[in-house]
Amino acid sequence: MTIVQAINNALDIKLEEDKTVVIYGEDAGLEGGVFRVTEGLQKKHGVERVFDAPIAESAIVGTALGMAMSGLRPVVELQFDGFSYPAFNQIISNVSRMNNRSRGMYKAPMVIRFPYGGGINALEHHSESPEALYSHIPGLKVVVPSTPHDAKGLMIAAIESGDPVIFMEPKRIYRAIKQEVSDDKFSIPIGKAKVLTEGTDVTVVAFGAMIRECQKALVMAKEAGISVELIDLRTIYPLDKETIVNSIKKTGKIVIVAEAPTSFSVGGELMAIANEEAFLYLDAPPKRVMGFDTIVPLAKGEPLYMISPDRIFYEIERTVKF
Amino acid sequence: MIFNDFNPLEDKIFRVIDNDGKVINKEYMPDLDDETIIQAYKHMLFFRTADEMAVSFQRQGRMYTYPPCLGHEAIHAASGMNMRDQDWLVPAFREVGIMLLKGVTMKEIFLYYMGNEEGSNFKKANHVIPISISIGSQYLHATGIGYSIKYQKKDEIVFTSIGDGGTSEGDFSEALNFAGNWKVPVIYTIQNNQYAISVPVKNQTNAINLAVKSVGFGIPGVKVDGNDFFAMYATYKEAVEYAKAGKGAVLIEALTYRKGAHTTSDDPTKYRTKEEETEWHKTDPMHRLKKYMDHKGIWKENEEELIEKYKLEVDKQFEEAENMPPYKLDDVFQHMYVDMPDDLRKQKADYEQFLTWKDSKK
Repeated sequence: MTIVQAINNALDIKLEEDKTVVIYGEDAGLEGGVFRVTEGLQKKHGVERVFDAPIAESAIVGTALGMAMSGLRPVVELQFDGFSYPAFNQIISNVSRMNNRSRGMYKAPMVIRFPYGGGINALEHHSESPEALYSHIPGLKVVVPSTPHDAKGLMIAAIESGDPVIFMEPKRIYRAIKQEVSDDKFSIPIGKAKVLTEGTDVTVVAFGAMIRECQKALVMAKEAGISVELIDLRTIYPLDKETIVNSIKKTGKIVIVAEAPTSFSVGGELMAIANEEAFLYLDAPPKRVMGFDTIVPLAKGEPLYMISPDRIFYEIERTVKF
Repeated sequence: MIFNDFNPLEDKIFRVIDNDGKVINKEYMPDLDDETIIQAYKHMLFFRTADEMAVSFQRQGRMYTYPPCLGHEAIHAASGMNMRDQDWLVPAFREVGIMLLKGVTMKEIFLYYMGNEEGSNFKKANHVIPISISIGSQYLHATGIGYSIKYQKKDEIVFTSIGDGGTSEGDFSEALNFAGNWKVPVIYTIQNNQYAISVPVKNQTNAINLAVKSVGFGIPGVKVDGNDFFAMYATYKEAVEYAKAGKGAVLIEALTYRKGAHTTSDDPTKYRTKEEETEWHKTDPMHRLKKYMDHKGIWKENEEELIEKYKLEVDKQFEEAENMPPYKLDDVFQHMYVDMPDDLRKQKADYEQFLTWKDSKK
């Protein structure tokens, strides 16, 4: 399965077993979404459960909260990362805090999914990585899978979560990775990172589409005789501090890779954790290999912005040689 | 007055010529000399030629995407021809024709879809804002510019456009509400081409038409046959007079059909039928204007030769766009801030260091 197929499969399983699940978004019904993640689901489960929404992101999210408070489990699609912003007010002022505001009377069991990230030569507002924006909001969970297997398991967990989940899908590798994924139902707990490669010299933390770039850098590191421990966060919030801290205690070094702008980012948070919880174990400054504090350039300039395996290796080597 | 005579609450549609180019509403026929009519057709011919070439350049892999304007030519020509140099254009993204008449070049359009921000830097076009990809947001900017014009007592009018899908965004309603309140000199057009990517307009709203939305905001609205050049021209002319007289904003629903795909990434066969397309093709705006000119016997040009001439021009502009100097690291940073923060300078310097290392490895 590809990531697209794996998410489709997860949605299909949940639609099948839980009649409270409904799916909607712009072009998400008949056409199955611009990336075809929901393809075939309307035909199979009916137009009442899988449908097209008018173009109004704030309305898509706001109505989903209404549904979530009254017995449904909506999974809504926002077409691109940059189109999640019109829904920002609903997400921050309402979705994230309904549970707290109503002292637990009304909950928001809903999933807001959207493709994120650059590297596909797209238009403006189609290449952004807003994980820090959503992770900063108390009350939300933020999930970013990097493989088809994880995408399926995490999506099922997200739909079953009692809390609202922002589910960011790495569009750059939507179809780039194929993996054997079980057709059966399984879930992967939200809030658990995964050590993909064990190593001793340096800890590299990444998520989503950057995992694949890190794996390419790891090949270069191996050639240079550097042993890298690669951690896939899988969930941005709640962050699996334990896995990260244990790894830093082992390697004494951390390099964080993400494509969002560097400042005030998930990278910043990870560096804070490294300092707060593993300060005495660090033998090199924590390093962020992240995007510039700029808008993601259009296609001609995008290669200058996107994090390349070369650059990841360069920073790994500098950190190890510190 | 067109805006009074065609009440959107009664779902009336304003039309001047029929599908065969015959005048069916003589009293509303705009007073245009033959030369202007011929010029309008030539504009439309240029738009269509350039548009088809853009799609083909994209198919050749020389541009990343492109939103075809095929079928929208009458709206583009009629609004563009009613705009003066000092007037403002606040576009969505399916307005290439209007942009060209405002002085934007095909080279700039091509640059944008080749992925170069220079394509939003319209060097010779006065008062044209970059296209809005974030659906509907431009309507609010148009309203703000309208306020600014009023405040500064300038002789300027704002033209802005949205698709049928965009009318579902909150920004659409909020912009029109402000516009009614502030009585701004803004002409709001809805290019209703029946589809928002795959979603038909009937799934956007339960309203009988889109022009009727003007009623709730207290501004005049009219539904016009957007494939009828004369109807569109007459409507814009009246809207311009209304704005100039200080009466405020209007909403024009221009009924058309997106003959092409949403963008070159889209495949319309998934959501619409051949029969429907064939029905709409009978209303083609260029075909109708041509028929009108034929009845009148005023079209004497060799259309094939004109197209060849236009193709040469478009090719030249495409070539210029393709031969732009390579994108520099500085281009990523230089326009982020008026005063660039030191930290950003450092990020650039760090990256240059990495590039030096990379070069040394070669």
